Amino acid sequence: MIATLPIALVVNGAPRVVAVEPHHTLLEVLRDDLGLTGTKECCLVGECGACTVILDGRSVDACLVLAVEAEGLEVRTVEGLAVDGRLSALQAAFLDKGAVQCGFCIPGQLVSAQALLDEVPHPSRPEIEEGLAGNLCRCGCYEQIFEAVEATAAGEGHLTASAAPPAGANAGARSVEEGLDQ
Amino acid sequence: MQPFAYARPETLAEVVALLERHGPGARLLAGGTDLVINLRDGKVRPEVVVDVKRVPELAPGITAGEAGSLVIGATTTMTQLAAHPVIRRDLAALAEGAAVVGSVQIRNRATLAGNLCNASPAADTAPALLVHGAIVVATGPAGDRRIPLDEFFVRSGVTALGPAELVRAIEIPPQASRIASAHQRRTRRRGHDLASVTVACGVDAAGLVRVAYGSVGPRPLLRVDTTGTLADPRATDEARTAVLEAIFADATPSATSMRAGPEYRLAMLRVLGRRALEAALGRLDEAAA
Repeated sequence: MIATLPIALVVNGAPRVVAVEPHHTLLEVLRDDLGLTGTKECCLVGECGACTVILDGRSVDACLVLAVEAEGLEVRTVEGLAVDGRLSALQAAFLDKGAVQCGFCIPGQLVSAQALLDEVPHPSRPEIEEGLAGNLCRCGCYEQIFEAVEATAAGEGHLTASAAPPAGANAGARSVEEGLDQ
Repeated sequence: MQPFAYARPETLAEVVALLERHGPGARLLAGGTDLVINLRDGKVRPEVVVDVKRVPELAPGITAGEAGSLVIGATTTMTQLAAHPVIRRDLAALAEGAAVVGSVQIRNRATLAGNLCNASPAADTAPALLVHGAIVVATGPAGDRRIPLDEFFVRSGVTALGPAELVRAIEIPPQASRIASAHQRRTRRRGHDLASVTVACGVDAAGLVRVAYGSVGPRPLLRVDTTGTLADPRATDEARTAVLEAIFADATPSATSMRAGPEYRLAMLRVLGRRALEAALGRLDEAAA
């Protein structure tokens, strides 16, 4: 029997301490121990991108990272994109452009897109395609997903115009409920 | 996944000691993009996984070594290689090879030492490093050992590393004449699949052309055109074709691979080999201009 190891990490800005088993992945710990089920489990071989999270500023497949490797690091999941319960401009753009059908891949797509925009605020279409090449969408919404990233980069976010963002929130943020009702 | 113990040593000596103590029961973890898959599949069942990412001697980075060499830290990621200005300028084929490994998520984790130690025939960094004459700096109980990359690869999944040895860095020795290089690759789907064909070409001002290719046999191969034909602007197309045919004569693609048939791989090897040659020659001219 191998003992659990306590690890300290920062998840979506909040310090967390979790006892993990060495053979548990970051994906398992996020979903099962921390209850953050937005990050999806799918291929488990690093091909589909459904489990994409941002680890110390870089997007990674959480299924290929042991939780113990995240000791002392910062993790940002899809739950960390919204600010004060309001969708980010990127999330709003996904709704606006109809980028979501079944929705299963969307958390990973959003996190990859966020990582791309963090690094390249105004990506070209080829840069978007390359940036999201590690995220499969079985519904085939690629075009709409790319458009949503472009709209976010262009600061369009016209869905967001009606909702004044709260102070300190992402520019263009809007309420989750409002977004889902569209 | 089967349980295992986890060690995160902070010195190279501790890593070597763990490898000596556990023998084949220890597995090194760098980026984990292959190891974690194999752990989950039960293909490897180690007693202990040794995470080497916090060992200072193995840290990512590209630094100046002795006598004008370039030293690449073992855990330098594909993302770091692809973006590094010195790599892009002086080892263009390596930057290009690293830039097409897997997806962004994979490149953010996958390390150079991991890519080489897996010894996949399709390793995307191998052809580039072969044409640049890379040397693997290995370390173990007996100290450091320098292994030319061409002697490092034995066959698929097997390297020249001894039982308790690990790669501490990759060294690019200075060349008498600067090598301009280019990389070409064919894959079924960008962002996921391994290479069906991978080829790099390096040309120096003296007209020596090195060609290295992978995914068409049990290990990546390095061949050198000693005739000067490939770099000779007056050489006829027929003459160049004959030299390239000789260079690619040792390609033995698998007849049973799911990725591509042998005929296709051989045809693409010729096409991509030519493209890599033209690109490398173009870069040599640019550098001279």
